[in-house]
Amino acid sequence: MAKFASSVSKQAGAMMNWLDDRLPVTKFWNATMTGYMAPKNFNFWYYMGSLALLVLVIQIFSGILLAMHYKPSAEEAFASVEYIMRDVDWGWLIRYLHTTGASFFFILIYLHMFRSLLYGSHKAPRELLWVFGMFIYVALMAEAFLGYILPWGQMSYWGAQVIINLFGALPKIGEPLTQWIRGDYFISDATLNRFFALHVIAVPLALMGLVLLHLVALRENGSNNPDGIEIKANKDADGIPLDGIPFHPYYTVKDIFGVGMFLILFCFVLFFWPTAGGMFLEHDNFIPANPLVTPEHIKPVWYFTPFYAILKAVPDKLMGVVMMGASVMILFFLPWLDRSPVKSIRYRGMWYKVLLGMFTIAFVRLGLLGMAEGTPAQTWEMRVWTLVYFMFFVLLFFLSPGGKTKPEPDRVTD
Amino acid sequence: MKKFATYLFIAVLFLPMAGATALASGGAGVEHSGANIEDTASLQRGAKWYVNYCLGCHTLSYQRYNRLAKDLGLSEEAVMQNLVYSDAKFADTMDIAMDPVQAEAWFGKTPPDLSLIGRSRGADWVYSYLRAFYQDESGSWNNTLLPNAAMPHVLWQLQGIQTPVYRTETSESGYTHEVIDHFELVTPGTQSPEEFEETARDIAAFLDYVGEPAKLQRKGIGVWVILFLVLFTFIAYLLKAEYWRDVH
Amino acid sequence: MSSDDVNKGRRRFLIATTSVVGGIGMGVAAVPFIQSWMPSARAQAVGAPVEVNIGKLKEGQLLKVQWRGQTIGVLRRTPEMVSNLPNVDAVLADPESLKADQPAYIHGEERALKPEYLIVNMHCTHLGCVPQMIPQVGPQPFDDNWNGGFYCPCHKSKFDLSGRVYKGVPAPTNLRIPPYSFLDDRTVLIGVSPQGAV
Repeated sequence: MAKFASSVSKQAGAMMNWLDDRLPVTKFWNATMTGYMAPKNFNFWYYMGSLALLVLVIQIFSGILLAMHYKPSAEEAFASVEYIMRDVDWGWLIRYLHTTGASFFFILIYLHMFRSLLYGSHKAPRELLWVFGMFIYVALMAEAFLGYILPWGQMSYWGAQVIINLFGALPKIGEPLTQWIRGDYFISDATLNRFFALHVIAVPLALMGLVLLHLVALRENGSNNPDGIEIKANKDADGIPLDGIPFHPYYTVKDIFGVGMFLILFCFVLFFWPTAGGMFLEHDNFIPANPLVTPEHIKPVWYFTPFYAILKAVPDKLMGVVMMGASVMILFFLPWLDRSPVKSIRYRGMWYKVLLGMFTIAFVRLGLLGMAEGTPAQTWEMRVWTLVYFMFFVLLFFLSPGGKTKPEPDRVTD
Repeated sequence: MKKFATYLFIAVLFLPMAGATALASGGAGVEHSGANIEDTASLQRGAKWYVNYCLGCHTLSYQRYNRLAKDLGLSEEAVMQNLVYSDAKFADTMDIAMDPVQAEAWFGKTPPDLSLIGRSRGADWVYSYLRAFYQDESGSWNNTLLPNAAMPHVLWQLQGIQTPVYRTETSESGYTHEVIDHFELVTPGTQSPEEFEETARDIAAFLDYVGEPAKLQRKGIGVWVILFLVLFTFIAYLLKAEYWRDVH
Repeated sequence: MSSDDVNKGRRRFLIATTSVVGGIGMGVAAVPFIQSWMPSARAQAVGAPVEVNIGKLKEGQLLKVQWRGQTIGVLRRTPEMVSNLPNVDAVLADPESLKADQPAYIHGEERALKPEYLIVNMHCTHLGCVPQMIPQVGPQPFDDNWNGGFYCPCHKSKFDLSGRVYKGVPAPTNLRIPPYSFLDDRTVLIGVSPQGAV
């Protein structure tokens, strides 16, 4: 038995050698897994990245299966989704995987980005890591918007109508631009079909490329950590960071546990609450698209509502579009707006905690307000929080260089 | 201090919004139905009512008869004899013979397909709608949930005929107008009010089921999936803890 | 980071347990997605069994129906057609249908539940064309000793009136017999085998 086992492993070793002579498999494994040192003090906030990668895989997998049955034409799209829900064996599971995955993707990404605001992961030398992440975020928003039109329900149609019409606000090029986006004089089969192509292949390819760049940039500098200090500053005799541990096996086993916890939550929603009260799957989208009937209340899916609230807050159409765009674009510049000498909130002054707290409240309140009808009182509240939102960046820029800080430790704390 | 700040933070986050929010369920006039899709007998009655009173105008073009049989515990024979009045086959969908062009001529618009009304409006709305028909002053049918809809009260023989009793309301600006306060049953039907409530509830439950037949399966499967994941996560946790003993 | 006192045995056990449980989970999870490739309820509805009324079928008449995308022939054979079948055996490649694709309850030279009615998949077993029925006994352009049967124009394969393939033609096997049963004397149900039939 032992002889058999050792001869099997000898064979396996020989096969690995054959492979390694032709492809840097072991080298890659060592560089990214066993030889990649990560800070040992990762906490809850550090699960989100690997979980987002898991959800990306879930979306691609469920998306491919959906595309086997979905029909991207205005005539057949709505019925094909019901076909999937009813006639295709386990079609309902595949569909709910995709809708639940979409919403969870944004939950994870918002938490992932928030981590950066907590611990300064966007600051030098990780500016490009942040920028790639922002490109992923924008691509994800595009992907979600394109995907939402595909069921061709009332909200698909009218949501697309509103958002595409925003482009019409741009002076001079607005009208031709909206025609160019739609491929028609109004939202039609042409629009649906091209959104399908973009959603299924174009944006996913871009997303996967961006995720790759994001991971390469991460590996280049190594990860930040909750204390915001660089672990490479303290190395042992062999050049290994004292506060570093190899990603494999420590973070592989930790992330597997994280996956388990996440899937419990994810599957709870999927099997027991897939519509999430109308937030993940909107009620109006169970009505086929009707160009002649406008729904009482057009609103985007929850993950867009903060920005939608900013759009609604501004009385002028063009300025609304500009401000909404600016609210996303300004995030790209965060690494340069945040001029604090320390990275982590743990060692920043109280002012930053208050500022970040206000920013968070603003973002959540805007999100809730974006879902609501928009009464005059709500509109005023949206304006207040829009101001708070932008003031975060302005105040950050001016207060961060001189803000009071606490002394950073030399070594990471738990 | 930290705890206080945390609670304050959460409280401010979810402050009720000024004015009604779109997240609030239901709406004016929608009552809780008590419709229960786990009650198979209710679904069977609802199917019977629907086929006899509704299917003449409203298709259920995403629902197949054979799926109905399987989910409601009915035999092929029972379904074909009691629920199929056209030359539809067992595996066919519940469509109708009425020509949509004719329907538009008779009613002003084609009666919509109701396969998904359980999802777009909900069982409570359907229940309330069926009970909200009344005969107005002009002697024609009206409905408080869909004012001036073209649909007549197809169930009037069961419920009877009710007429509205008005009250006067004064708005802030001093403008007075009449509002329906409640209904009065002026002509009784073949069913008592409680029986009719059950009929409406059964139809609502049936349409709730038709909206998403998979709902009958997904929760049961979900329990097993979650149980398995709890087991797996526990084992994964042990593995993680074992390795992390190395790390200090 | 300490690597002393590492309980290798416990680690191996936990890795194995996690892998096995995880593997089982993934295996079970894969089933619904693989199952989703099976014919959907709609495909099954479209592919549902086909009832054929043979009450009005005349002797020697061939009726063609569609079942699961295939052309199925229902032929009411004359007594002469049936009694002539053994005479063709000598020129057939598989007269006893040993290699033929047919249900287990179909036996003999008649290849039918009731000899009078041949229910046969009309697609030539070569490349799928639908042969013509040429029931007359007598010389034909393609065969001097034709005993009646089916002739495929695409590549000239020949079959007798039980769908059995001739020797020396491109088609390798006899025409296929679909599952079918008789609901009563006037009705054939194509797609469903008789009750209790193996």
